[in-house]
Amino acid sequence: MAKVLVVTSGKGGVGKTTTTAALGAALAQSGASVAVVDFDVGLRNLDLVMGAERRVVYDLINVVNGDAKLNQALIRDKRLDTLHLLPASQTRDKDALTDEGVARVMGELREKFDWVICDSPAGIERGATLAMRHADLAVVVTNPEVSSVRDSDRIIGLLDSKTLKAERGEKMEKHLILSRYDPARADRGDMLKIDDVLEILSIPLLAIVPESLEVLRASNVGCPVTMNNPLSAPARAYIDAARRLRGETVAMSVPSDKKSLINKLFTRRAA
Amino acid sequence: MNIFNLFGKRPSARVASDRLKLILAHERSGRGGSDLVLLLREEILAVIERHVAVERDKVQIRLERGIGVSTLGVDIELPVTVGGGLAAA
Repeated sequence: MAKVLVVTSGKGGVGKTTTTAALGAALAQSGASVAVVDFDVGLRNLDLVMGAERRVVYDLINVVNGDAKLNQALIRDKRLDTLHLLPASQTRDKDALTDEGVARVMGELREKFDWVICDSPAGIERGATLAMRHADLAVVVTNPEVSSVRDSDRIIGLLDSKTLKAERGEKMEKHLILSRYDPARADRGDMLKIDDVLEILSIPLLAIVPESLEVLRASNVGCPVTMNNPLSAPARAYIDAARRLRGETVAMSVPSDKKSLINKLFTRRAA
Repeated sequence: MNIFNLFGKRPSARVASDRLKLILAHERSGRGGSDLVLLLREEILAVIERHVAVERDKVQIRLERGIGVSTLGVDIELPVTVGGGLAAA
């Protein structure tokens, strides 16, 4: 039975697209068939982060409107044949997405794949509510910073009211990915601590993804971080998150400030 | 922990956490319903407009959200011409 997962946050720039690509690749690496779907109509970027930007022919809106078949628009990953991308349209407007059309496409995706991961646009407008509408579970991506936490709280409210699952009176399963976490700043008292964010948002923690150069490097070359450098700290966090989503029990690894004292003395000056 | 904390300066993350808890408590309580402040403003103005012509840009609204109690202040500038009317009323 397929599971539809929405990656959402409210605020932009917190790591939704990175998370979608990394979780999608990690799930596909474990053998599941996965489709990642870009709902950010007009500002598509999942294709770029996945390294498929030159292979886009048809997009989500073409399929929603019936101008192309789902199979024609899906792009199979060149490195991992269980991973597929359904890109967003770059030229059209999000109003081109009809409720009925999206419902039909989501139904088709459910039949073909084990996991369907929807990358939500930022904001709380129609694009974001459409991305979450058909979800069975949600991953809320939050940075340890006041505006991101507040926006996540708002999104959690929408997940509990605007989704089909909520409208049916069922409980929406929600998980938190705390990204761009910097243990050194948290230790110094300059960054919200993990427990603070968990207490405020009160949804279960799926992963803590440390701030890392590896995420930037992966997007630079167009490869999900879990494939580009699977041993890096962010990749390990996403791989563990994918295992938890599949129902495994995996101990949570908390990033720590492991630098030596000498190293700290030199880097603090720059921080 | 750094040396400033020893002298009573609160870490900025502590301030962030406290501010978030306060504002989110308010936002969650208002969620789903209409915006109480807007509603109160409109109803208060409607009552006053029954007696006096009020210019909308002469209305100042202040809201202070606190932990146990919030205060709403509405300052309405009344035109001088109706002063006599008000005194007579």
